[in-house]
Formats: sequence, structure tokens, C-alpha cells
Amino acid sequence: MHDLAQQIVSGLAQGSIFASLALALVLIYRAMGIINFAQGELAMFTTYIAWQLTQMGLPIWLAFAATVVVAFAGGVALERIVIRPVERANQLTIVIVTLGLFISINGLAGWFWGYIVKAFPTPFPTTPLQIGGVAFSAQDVGVIVVSVVTLGLISLFFQKTKLGLAMRAAALYPEQSRVLGIRVGWMLALGWGLASAVGAISGIMIAPVVFLDPNMMQSVLVYAFAAAVLGGIESPLGAVVGGLVLGVVINLLGTYVDAIGNELRLAAALAIIVVVLLVRPAGLFGRVTVQRV
Amino acid sequence: MPRPNAGLLTRVAIAVAVIAILPWVVPSFLVFDLIYVAAYTIAILGLIILTGMNGQISLGHGAFMALGGYVVAVLAHSAGWPYWIGVPLAAIASGVAGLLIGLVALRLAGVYLALATFSLAVATPSFLKHYKSITGGFDGMSLQPVQAPAGVPLGGQQWLYYVAWAVAGVVFLLSALLVRGQFGRALRALRDNPIAAVSFGVNPYFYKTAAFGWSAVLAGIAGGFYAIPTAYVSPDTFTFALSITLLIGAVLGGISTFWGALVGGIVVEFLPLVAQQINAAAPGVVYGVALILVMMFLPDGIVGGLLRLTYRFRRAPPQPALESSTPSAAPVTVGPQSRE
Amino acid sequence: MTSPVRKAAIGIFAAAFALAATGSTIAPVSAADPGVTDTEIVLGGSHPYSGPASGYGNIGKGIGAYFSYVNDKGGVNGRKIKYIDKDDGYSPPQAVQLVHQMVEQDKVFAIFDTLGTAVNTAIRPYLNQNGVPQLFVATGASTWGHDYQKFPWTIGWQPDYQAEAALYAHDILLNHPKAKIGVLYQNDDYGEDYNVGLKRGLGKHQDMIVKMASYETTDPSVGSQISTLKASGADVFLIFATPKFAIQAMVITAQQSWHPTIYLNNVSGAVPFMNAAAKAGGLSAVNGVISTIYLKDPANHARYAGDAGMKLYNEIMTKYLPSADKDDGNYLYGVSIAYTMCDVLKRAGKDLTRKKVMDIATNLVEKDNPWAYPGVMIRTSPTFRYPITQMITAKWLTTGWSPTGLLVDTRAMTMAEK
Repeated sequence: MHDLAQQIVSGLAQGSIFASLALALVLIYRAMGIINFAQGELAMFTTYIAWQLTQMGLPIWLAFAATVVVAFAGGVALERIVIRPVERANQLTIVIVTLGLFISINGLAGWFWGYIVKAFPTPFPTTPLQIGGVAFSAQDVGVIVVSVVTLGLISLFFQKTKLGLAMRAAALYPEQSRVLGIRVGWMLALGWGLASAVGAISGIMIAPVVFLDPNMMQSVLVYAFAAAVLGGIESPLGAVVGGLVLGVVINLLGTYVDAIGNELRLAAALAIIVVVLLVRPAGLFGRVTVQRV
Repeated sequence: MPRPNAGLLTRVAIAVAVIAILPWVVPSFLVFDLIYVAAYTIAILGLIILTGMNGQISLGHGAFMALGGYVVAVLAHSAGWPYWIGVPLAAIASGVAGLLIGLVALRLAGVYLALATFSLAVATPSFLKHYKSITGGFDGMSLQPVQAPAGVPLGGQQWLYYVAWAVAGVVFLLSALLVRGQFGRALRALRDNPIAAVSFGVNPYFYKTAAFGWSAVLAGIAGGFYAIPTAYVSPDTFTFALSITLLIGAVLGGISTFWGALVGGIVVEFLPLVAQQINAAAPGVVYGVALILVMMFLPDGIVGGLLRLTYRFRRAPPQPALESSTPSAAPVTVGPQSRE
Repeated sequence: MTSPVRKAAIGIFAAAFALAATGSTIAPVSAADPGVTDTEIVLGGSHPYSGPASGYGNIGKGIGAYFSYVNDKGGVNGRKIKYIDKDDGYSPPQAVQLVHQMVEQDKVFAIFDTLGTAVNTAIRPYLNQNGVPQLFVATGASTWGHDYQKFPWTIGWQPDYQAEAALYAHDILLNHPKAKIGVLYQNDDYGEDYNVGLKRGLGKHQDMIVKMASYETTDPSVGSQISTLKASGADVFLIFATPKFAIQAMVITAQQSWHPTIYLNNVSGAVPFMNAAAKAGGLSAVNGVISTIYLKDPANHARYAGDAGMKLYNEIMTKYLPSADKDDGNYLYGVSIAYTMCDVLKRAGKDLTRKKVMDIATNLVEKDNPWAYPGVMIRTSPTFRYPITQMITAKWLTTGWSPTGLLVDTRAMTMAEK
């Protein structure tokens, strides 16, 4: 029983990692209907920036804040420079552009900072915690809390602020929005900025756990993609829930189902998601819209 | 689609001639590399039919290549069966798997289908490692290099080159015949306007599943011709990066024309090599930037883009042909649109 | 279909092939072995410079630096070394293509230090069929030493993983005879080799292993595995992992308030990794961890302050790779293995043939590699092809590795596997 609790807790900790990046994926999807394959690498790159700032002596929370701002600006700039020229092309073209970003950002980070694994300072205390024999760290709790807070802020932003509403309108009804005077192009750029900022938060939360290297986000991206789709690709709440569920399910499958073990747990989890999608084609929290084929 | 006219035949004849002559004019290692181009081309052709013509995104065709490659390898390694039996069986096995996945794909669209197929690609190496007794586990399996049959005055590599390209020729021909008539019209109709297509009596289940199956057949054959020259298969051979590579090849080449498969095959084979010539320290940066630039300036892929330039150059009104693809302004479309 | 369409398609096709064929002519075949002229020796190799394993690319850069150094000193027996080093992305098909190109087009004399078990397994048959030496492959799988009869042109260099694991087993039997052992291993050939060695080393005491947990390289973290191992009641914890996961394992172990005796495989024991673990998990995460050493550690500045070899390493790195992180042991590995390569070429003399180089490489006693741990020799014979078999166990004490005990030769343990 105590083992089970431990596995669930460590699954939640891992799931919160998926959740935080899944959130960024959802934001881009809502803005332009594509999966941004470069999301993880953007998060990795901004995390290196945060690391560089801490090396220069900035306290971690200050570096955190500065990086989120830089990431936002970087996301906006990237959209203006790289995405805008292909904005009107078909979606596959945009997907390939994000793959191009993925590959080049990964190479760039290795070129700048090398491939040696680095420790990233955690913004949380490192002392081990124990409740009822279940061990975890303040880091684990911190990541979950930050994900939930980010989720809350995003929801507020989209529902309560004029800018947030404008962004939603621009994504859903670009033509009508233009008529209403919304600058659709800039809304898209803001969407990228926002996603990139959320990605930076995710990177900084993840790096103390998986450690900093240019490839740190690649496996996380696979899980985040799965989490986002499981939750319903347009739903930020779904992304967070999807991530946590995925983390726990993977741990339980790996630990308690001998036929699956650690070896096939990713495959099994993905299979389960596909089955879930067959029953609920728009994910757990997604609304079924008119199917666009 | 127009009937095959003299022009098309000329083009094909030239392509065949170039392919036939190449082994005698390029160095042996390039002949070897061009076998891989044939494999990529065949697999990308499958993606062009599935994604380009039918609008179903697959991020997992590397998994079908893995299946094909392993069928050939296991039969050769464990049972000593020759490759000429292995490859057709690979095509069948992969086709059956493709039909099954295609049935699942019926329920999923867009990003959900992308995830499902991506999952397939991600999980493939785990399965290959897990079923050790069949696949040889992570050690993989070594294969015998190809020898030309007795009486054929060719080296093993040259022989394999001709066989691979002959097979590529056959699958191009079969695919062309397949998509020329009603089948091709149905695929495109289901992509462009499914509701109208269904109301005109097009059975979406049949056509979409069939498209998936056929594209998997091609990927299975390609997997065979990926494994045979390497003379080795292992889980590391078929990572999800391979699936991504195929998609890149299809879109970069030009996803709405068969010629895009050939160009895409050449690009994904040689671009990484060129990239490391340019910047040996960080080849990824060159490769990635090249992808972005091509997409910025030729959003319809290399073939699509060149066609467009040719039109402009001739100042002729752009005639929508099979090869041209009209980029869609609406962000809701999955896959390119092309008009007949 | 219209005529411009046709022309364009033909154009692309022709242009692409022209591009592919640029600069390629069929070189004349000479009577002597390829790749050697009066002034030059051409060697080929490949490393992952892109993709998930790109960290190991630094080995190739270290090799390049050492060859530049040797060339500037006049080369080997008057010949300069030209090292053609390509990016294989850790992909077997890619490596096979590159090796074909190097052998058939670049006419390399030998292939040197290709990296990774799958990559080397893939290229081995081709090289052996063509009689091209496949020297000092950068992987510790036991097959390189074991299967020499089938593949006489291939040889490894670093200690094999099985022998290393057997050494840990002996240490456990000696110092923790009542231990309950938990193992974390990477689920591939690398982890499997360690497991085989461990079990062989434990012999009839294999039941001391209470739990084995695997991870995949696609796992983001090994938290679940550590929980499982902790719950098994193990008090000795063996980590057979690549650096990133090894660091995670040590940190999470500390965070879960689990305090076993930890054995860590050599690959993950470099100082920067230990420091990373200490930074994230506190000193208790790393103190007392046991591992092995066979090369000097460039990040252990205190220990090698006056060491001539380390001084030379720093000189070479400063001159030829000024922006590199010298503490990265991959560079040192590259420099050190390149030394052995040059040593072999030097001993082979002016009259260089592939056969002769292979003879030297398999009859080698190299006592003076400047970067081998003091006392470690590189030794081979035609029937014993494990060049490095000596290792010393070491314990991490606060800031660095302290050797414990004596240099052990695992030759006997390696022999036992046949």
C-alpha cells in the first residue's frame, strides 16, 4: 500500500513535468491549429539562458523572471520572422518549419553550451520530505503548484482580459476578427510569445529534475504531446490533467504489470491513449467540433 | 487527371535513362547511397498518396519500414530465405498492418491521428527490443550482403541498385494506375470535401483504409531496401526520427506530386551530408535552417515551387495541373489542397 | 500535363543528380594499401555530432585535436595524419553509408574510433570483408574482444563493461557479503553487458540480487524505478546507466531518503557529473559512491596538478580546441585513444600496410599512454583482444575520487567468459 502511494506520488511528480510542457503545446494549437514540434527545444534554449543568468550571479527567481520575459519576446520575434512567411501555407508546411526550428535550435544549444550534462539550480528547497512513509521533494510539490498556477493565470487571461478574448477570437474566426479591427497577425505572434513564456517556465521547472542538456526536452515532448492530446488538444485544463494522469498511469503500468514492465510502459500508455481517443475522439476535455478533414 | 501523354512518357523515359546510366558514371559509394534514395523515395511515395492525396497525416511510417525491414531480416537470418521472397512478404505484412492501423485511423483526424501514428513510431524500438527471440533484441541481426546472380556481370551493389530502382519503377507505375481513375478522385474528394464526397456515394471507410494499406505496402518495401544494403537491422535503425525524416522528405519534395517523392528521397539522403560539409561542428543548425528556408520560399515543396517559378517565367496563366498545389489560406485544412 | 511542368521536373532531377555526383571520379587502384602516401595517412571515423547522442561527438573532436598536435610535431614517421570524421547521428544505416564512402571514395587506410555498439556492429562485416582495419572502436561491449576469429580486422580499446561489472561483484562479495543488491540498468546492449558481468562475478551468490529495474533512454526520469528499488529493501545499489540517468538516480535516491551503498559505472563517474549530482542532491547524494577509473580525469584538478600528461592535455586543448570545456572527459578519452592509434602507426614503421598495423595492434604493450591512469597498460595479443583490462576502484570523498585498494587486472574475469 505504501509502495503504491509512493508510485502515485512519484507519478504525479513526473506527470507535472509533462503537464507544464503540454500547456505550451495547447496554447500554440489554440492559436493556429498546429503542433509546434519546436516547443520543447524552445523551452530548453530558454532554460539555458536562465542557467547562463544564474552563472552570472543572478538569484534563481530573478533569472526565472528575466527568462520568462526574454522567452516571450523571443517567441513573438520567432513568429514574426519565421512563421509569418509561411502563415498562409498549408499546415504541413508550418509543421515542417517547426521541425526545422527543432533541429536547428537543438544544434545551436549544443554549439553554444556543449553537451555535458549540467545541474540546474532548483528554485525550491532540496530537503527530502516524508508524509506517512511516502518520500518526495519540495521540488515535486513546487512543479505541480507552478503548473496549476500557470494554468489558472492562463484561464483568467483568456476569459477575463480583452487581449485574451481578442486572441481567442482571432484564432477561431480570423476573418470576422479582422473586420472587428483585431490585428490577427499580432494576436498570433502574442500566442507564440505566450506559449514560449509558458515553455520557459516549464523548462526551468523540469531542468532541476531531468538535468540540463540540449536533449533534455525530447522525451518530455513525446509525453507532453500525448498528455495534451489525451486531455483534449484545445484544453489547457485537459493538458494538466492529461499530464498528471499519464505520469501516474505510466508508473503503475511499469511497476505492477509484469508483462509490460518498464520496457513497454511508454508503448502501453500510448496504446491506452489511442483507445481513449477511439471512445472520445476529442480527448478527455475537448469539445467535439465539426470535423475538419 | 490527364491521360499519360507524350510529355509524361518523355519525362519518365529520361528518368529511367538517368537511373540506368548513373552506376556507370558515379563512384561506387554514390551508387550505394542511391539505393537508400530508392528506399526513401518508395516510402515517401506512400506518404504522398496518404497525406498529400488523401489528407491523412502519418508521423509513423517509419514503423512500417521497421516491419518491412525486420520481415526481410528475420526470414533471411533465421530461415535463410532469399531477399526476393522476403521483400514481397514484407510488403504483404506491412500492408496488413497498414489496413489495421487504417481502420483505427478512420476514427481519428488531424492532430489525433498524428499522435496515434507518432505513438506507433515511438513505440517501435521498444517492441523490437522486447521480442528478443524473434528480432534479436537490441543486438539486432546481421545480414548477408547481396551478390549478383550468376551470369550477371554486375557487382553486388550495382545489382541491388538496379533491383531497388526497378522495384521503385514498378510501385510508381502501380501507384499511378491506382490513383488515375476513380480511386484517385475518391481520395482527393475525401480530402477536400468529405461531406460532399460521401453524399456522392464515395465510401470513406473503404478508400481511406485502402490508402493507408497501400502506403504501408510501399513503406514495407522501402524498409526491406533500407535493411538490405545496410546488411544489419537493430532498434536503433528505426527510431521515430526515421518517420520524421519521411515526412520532411514528402513535404520538402512536394507532397502533391509523385515527382516530389523522388526529389524528397534525394533531399533527405543528401541534405545531412551537405549540412556537415558546411558546418561540421553543428550540422543540425544547417539542416534545420535549410528546412525553414525551403519552406519559406517554396511552401509547396521543391517540385511545387519550381513549377510555379516556371509558370511565372513563361508568363503563362497558372494552369492548375495535377502537379500544382494551391496553398490554402484557411488554417483549418489538414494537408494541401489541389484542384483538378 | 503541360510542357513547362515536364521541363521543370526533368531539370530538378538532373540537377539533383548532378549535385550528388559533383567532384566524384573513379580513382585508380594502386598496388599498395590505400590511404598511405609518402606524406600522408588517411584515417576515417564517425561520431554522433547530431541527434540524441551528440555529447559523444567531443571524443571525435579530442581525436582531431591530438592528430593536429602530432602533425604539427612532424607527423608519424614523417607522414601527416588526415582524419576524416563524419556525423553518423548514431544511426547504423547512416554509418554504413559513410564507411562505404570513406573506404571506396576517400580511400582511407583504416577506420578508427567509430562510436556505439549498433553502429560498429553494422559496419563490421563490410570492413572485415574488405580487409579494412576497424581499430579501437569506442564501445565497451565484449563482442569486440570476443569475436575476433570471425572478425579479425576489428578491435576495441576501453575496458569491457562485463569485466567492469564483475569487478563490482568482487568488491561487493569482499566488503558487503550480506548485501541485498538492487540494480538500475539501461535497457539495451550496454546495460545488458553490465548485468551479465555482474551475475558472472557473483557466481553462486546471484540470489543476492533482490531487484533489477530497467529504464529506457526515452524515459524523462527514473523516479519510479528508484521507488521500486528502495521498496525492495536493497542496501547495495548498482547504477549501470548513462550519465544523465545516473545523476538522476543518485539525486532521487537521496531525495527519497534511501541510503544504500552505491556502485556507479565508470562511464557516468566523470567529475562534472558527480558535481552536478552533488549540486542538485546535496553532498549526501554522492559521498561514498564507488566506481572505477582507468583514465585520468581532467576535471580532477587537485590530483593531477603536477602531472605531465595532464599538462600536455591542457596544452593541446588550449591550442587546438580553445573554446572547449577541458573538464569534459570525452575530450580526454579522444586524445588518449588517438595516442594509442599514433603509437601503433609509429611502431608499424615506414613500410605501412593494413596487415602490419593489425599485427601491431594485436601484439601491443603500451605502458606510457600519458592519459591512462598511472600503471594502466594497453596490452593485446592475437588471441586476447581486450586492450585495457586494468582498473582501480575509487570512492567519492567530498570533491573527488579517492582510489581504494590496488590496480586490479580484470583479465582473469574477462577470460572466464569464454
